[in-house]
Amino acid sequence: MMSNIDFKEWFISNYKTFEKSLNGEKTTSFHQIRKEALSKFSEMNLPTTKDEEWKYTNISPIIKHNFSVIPHKADLSTEEVNNFLFDKLEHHLLVFVNGEFRNDLSRLNDLPSSVEVGSLSDAIKKNHPALMKHFGKYAEDSHNLFTALNSAYTKDGAFVFVPKGKIVEEPIHIIFINKTTQDKFVTQPRNLFIAEDNSKVTVIEHYTSIGDGVYLNNTVTEMFVGENANLDHIKLQEESKKSFHISRMEVDQERSSNFSSHLISTGAEFSRNEFTTRFNGEGGESMLNGLFMIDDEQFFDAHTMIDHAKPYCNSYEHYKGILQDKARGVFNGKVMVRPDAQKTNAFQENNSILLSDDAVMNSKPQLEIFADDVKCSHGATVGKLDEEAKFYLKTRGIGEEAATAMLIHAFASDVIKSIRIEALRDYLEEIISKRFNQ
Amino acid sequence: MLLEIKNLHARIEGNEILKGINLKVDAGEVHAIMGPNGSGKSTLASVLAGREEYEVTEGEIWYNGKNLLELSPEDRAREGVFLAFQYPVEIPGVSNTNLLKTAVNEIRKYRGEEELDAMEFLELLKEKSKLVELDQKFLSRSVNEGFSGGEKKRNEIFQMAVLNPKLAILDETDSGLDIDALRIVANGVNKLRSKDNAIIVVTHYQRLLNYIVPDYVHVLYQGKIVKSGGKELALELEEKGYDWVKNNKAEVTV
Ligand SMILES: Nc1ncnc2c1ncn2[C@@H]1O[C@H](COP(=O)(O)OP(=O)(O)O)[C@@H](O)[C@H]1O
Ligand SMILES: [Mg+2]
Repeated sequence: MMSNIDFKEWFISNYKTFEKSLNGEKTTSFHQIRKEALSKFSEMNLPTTKDEEWKYTNISPIIKHNFSVIPHKADLSTEEVNNFLFDKLEHHLLVFVNGEFRNDLSRLNDLPSSVEVGSLSDAIKKNHPALMKHFGKYAEDSHNLFTALNSAYTKDGAFVFVPKGKIVEEPIHIIFINKTTQDKFVTQPRNLFIAEDNSKVTVIEHYTSIGDGVYLNNTVTEMFVGENANLDHIKLQEESKKSFHISRMEVDQERSSNFSSHLISTGAEFSRNEFTTRFNGEGGESMLNGLFMIDDEQFFDAHTMIDHAKPYCNSYEHYKGILQDKARGVFNGKVMVRPDAQKTNAFQENNSILLSDDAVMNSKPQLEIFADDVKCSHGATVGKLDEEAKFYLKTRGIGEEAATAMLIHAFASDVIKSIRIEALRDYLEEIISKRFNQ
Repeated sequence: MLLEIKNLHARIEGNEILKGINLKVDAGEVHAIMGPNGSGKSTLASVLAGREEYEVTEGEIWYNGKNLLELSPEDRAREGVFLAFQYPVEIPGVSNTNLLKTAVNEIRKYRGEEELDAMEFLELLKEKSKLVELDQKFLSRSVNEGFSGGEKKRNEIFQMAVLNPKLAILDETDSGLDIDALRIVANGVNKLRSKDNAIIVVTHYQRLLNYIVPDYVHVLYQGKIVKSGGKELALELEEKGYDWVKNNKAEVTV
């Protein structure tokens, strides 16, 4: 194999190839945003383990690759997509294959008038006012090399726009399928979910793959939750064990808004999730729950930040990890309570179970409190399955595998129970059963 | 012979706790094992159930024609051995129903029987919960989580009723029970007695034996059975206290 070009160099020198693929769109004002992002990208350094935020997260396995910036087009049938749907769930479906929106595989049920669910590329073409208003405002390019890279290469992703007072009853299921070949490639979905004042919507962001080739998924999702609005977000990641996943999720919460999220993952080879929600008005509620299950030599990193910038907001965060074999996990959860965020309630908890002696979990809860009239708590545990409980189950005739599966179900149950979509809860229960009770 | 323990020696963390136990139990019999704290009663129960921390250094256990020590804890249970724990474990997130459903079906599968369907299973639970007067609401609760001491013990006997073992070992099931609960539990156990199964009642006090009347009483002291007799032995013990056994140890072990 030829020696590889430096990761940054590669994306800078291949930018022309990317621009060509935009089909003349590069004269638009949106392209200006991309180009600014590219120049920010070229000025930043790649993070190393010397950076505090990357202490346990070594990106060298990723940056040694040169990923094709234009993924190959892949054939995909409806049947292949159906494998990733949840049983018995009425939903709106958006499908992206190797980064590109596939209208032929997507289907929308009836939506309330003026609600828009579609591709970001469409929104860009239309110069959608909501896009111009929100894009890049929450996930800023400065200080984040991967976000800048995503912005520079923004081409497609999901765009959900729920105007004031509109309620979308059925969840929007967005599936990103990467179908691999020999060719290593990068996909950079860029998503924007806007729930304006008094609106309500549920979005499932689902990353998955077919084949076990190498790719990098560098995703950015921005979410806006307007006054009194309700956004229920689920991210489900179940990718090939040779893939890399870097993701940034940024949420802006206005007054009395309600954001609830679940980050559910069976990982990739490498996954980094940066997740920030910011209270930009009083009376907001936020729930960040997570569950990851990794094995072999998988690496998973959840970096969350709950920014209590305003008073009278409540946040609840509970992340759980189940690690087997030589898997490694990182949880870094920051809760920031700024000086005027009085009457803040913040609860944070991280529990992990190591099913082998070689699995490693680094858990770092961080509370930074600058207001005095607040209620905050945090805790972290890393342990093994309760052997006493397992023995008890065995004495009732339950075998090793079934007993393990039961205890893992039990461990995961409070996070799973908090998911509002029954079909998804069932899906997760099944994942656990399959993994631990063949 | 349902159970035959021959010269059983067992240790934990280097300490020898059981020092040559001999015991024969036939189907249809109820045996009581009594003895002061620390004499090894729970150790014996644990070894029978297959707790791995205990190392058997000498001796044999034959159960229903099988070498019990070669069976995993789950296979012992599937063969009909049941231990009611002295300290039942709390398992948050696993409901009683779920535990029993999995247990019943794993046991049935092992025996080559059809799994019970949801209806049959619920019927079974309903019927057996009456036996120990266990409120239905306990079924959906997590195993033993937040149960009072008495509720935990009652739950153990409820599980026994559902699993219908051939050999049940009840480890201090009476401790923590008030007199009413004791009567309910004992009643439940008595209803489960049959000519096909055997029960080993491990207890510290004679009290329980007023309700569950044993065929044989054994006194365990310092890892050995130092005295065996009929049900009157329990009364004698009650009257004279354990010092009586302790002082007579040299004499009775010969
Ligand atoms: N894990 C252990 N390590 C060392 N000694 C133990 C352990 N568990 C029990 N023992 C000892 O074994 C002896 C018997 O205990 P146990 O069987 O619980 O007695 P009983 O049930 O008759 O009260 C006691 O002296 C106790 O201290
Ligand atoms: Mg004991």
